[in-house]
Amino acid sequence: MSTDTPALSLARTLATAGRVLRQLRHDPRTIALLLIVPVLMITLLRYVFDGDPETFDTIGASLLGIFPLITMFLVTSIATLRERTSGTLERLLALPLGKGDLIAGYALAFGAVAVAQSLLATAMSLWVLGLDAIGSPWLLLLVALLDALLGTALGLFVSAFAASEFQAVQFMPAVIFPQLLLCGLFTPRDQMHPVLETISDVLPMSYAVDGMNQVLTHPDITGDFYRDILVVAGSALLVLCLGAATLSRRTT
Amino acid sequence: MMNSARTADANAVEARGLTVVRGGRTVLRGLDFTVEPGRITGLLGPSGCGKSTLMRAVVGTQAKVTGTLDVLGRPAGHPSLRPRIGYVTQAPSVYTDLTVRQNLDYFAAVLRPGRTHRASREEAVSRAIGDVDLTRHADALAGNLSGGQLSRVSLAVALLATPELLVLDEPTVGLDPVLRRDLWNLFHGLAADRGTTVLVSSHVMDEAERCHRLLLMREGEILADDTPDGLRTRTDSATVEEAFLHLVDEATANQATANQATANQATANEATASEATASETAASGATEDEAAACQEKTR
Repeated sequence: MSTDTPALSLARTLATAGRVLRQLRHDPRTIALLLIVPVLMITLLRYVFDGDPETFDTIGASLLGIFPLITMFLVTSIATLRERTSGTLERLLALPLGKGDLIAGYALAFGAVAVAQSLLATAMSLWVLGLDAIGSPWLLLLVALLDALLGTALGLFVSAFAASEFQAVQFMPAVIFPQLLLCGLFTPRDQMHPVLETISDVLPMSYAVDGMNQVLTHPDITGDFYRDILVVAGSALLVLCLGAATLSRRTT
Repeated sequence: MMNSARTADANAVEARGLTVVRGGRTVLRGLDFTVEPGRITGLLGPSGCGKSTLMRAVVGTQAKVTGTLDVLGRPAGHPSLRPRIGYVTQAPSVYTDLTVRQNLDYFAAVLRPGRTHRASREEAVSRAIGDVDLTRHADALAGNLSGGQLSRVSLAVALLATPELLVLDEPTVGLDPVLRRDLWNLFHGLAADRGTTVLVSSHVMDEAERCHRLLLMREGEILADDTPDGLRTRTDSATVEEAFLHLVDEATANQATANQATANQATANEATASEATASETAASGATEDEAAACQEKTR
């Protein structure tokens, strides 16, 4: 048996991802909620804007990016909080498991769930509800996946600062709502107060929503689209690393 | 997997001046102790005396540890120790939304990752489940098990790696007498057949009789480090429980005497000081307040 613990081992990462998915499989209601709620919401939105299909296109596309971010944020922050409070985290870190294995395992597992969730919601929007996107549906899916990873990363990170589930769910309005208000969903960002516009420039969700709208309005991949997915992916990676730093092998 | 690297005379755990600060409080105060290899060492003392903190320090999950603490020849917490130590926390730390076997499969995959080890993993999982007598419940969801069964799942996880050192934090709490006996038989079997060193804590004194050696703890200090027989003989007691109480009373009495001595010393100093101040005051005609301030200073 090898005695060293590499920061990242593929086999241990895959084992962790498999374990997280297996846990989820014992909880069919959560799976159903994860998959069906976004589809229902986007359907609701379609009929809210029944007389205004263009608004449905913009807001619908934005929501396809926002759903995975919010749901993965919630699921991950609770799941990792449970890992911290149940003692399994302490046990895992006393074993030869790299912190990177745990983080990447979670990202992989919830990334897979996000792909399923986004496939359903995107397919429903494009082919049933008539969302009119000029670009490729695969690009919509790519942005949704990156958004899900960002949500997973943020959830992992904030779970370190929550002592209970009550606190963890409160981080949702604290971390997600400001981004939701400033991401350009309600009003174009260049019409906001200049201070808010500057703030929205540094919040990753702004790029997630912009990326969706780039696909919506352009037949080809634009330079802005590249910038958007790079910013979202980079933010996710950065926050994942911050999350790894909050996992301590020793308790105080 | 026997432990060829271990020499017969090296201690499994060796602590010198071990001090731990946890949550702003000094929980362990300069402890010196050793744990012999291949034996069962019981760590006994009332709850809150620092047993769990000591175990966390040995396993390497405790921060703010000062002094020397060597485990299996390496400083505690060294990465190479992780697969060699099995650790069972007081609260069962397993995934309640997985079955017993799924729990063990995952921890086994962390210990011995990769396809090449699949067969040996399956063997280790089945053996560990058998060791804790849960074969009939292998496919039950951990969340549906009773408290005692759940803590045995937690123990099974620690047995997976055939560890050289097994650290068990109150593993028999809440178990019925039959299970307790079975577990103690298992611990003795591990020590005798696999050469495992077992460090086990308990606040139930009748379990002490089953250990080869005992460390009695009280308020972050070690009261005694002896065999159960040695303890009883030394304190002229019939049971370890009696011996422990004897030692606690002795320590309390010693402490009281020491406190009394310090207090007496302080009172004496004070008396001398106030006498001196009083005479000075009288001589210089200073106010009473000044005298009091003076006295405060001497104190």
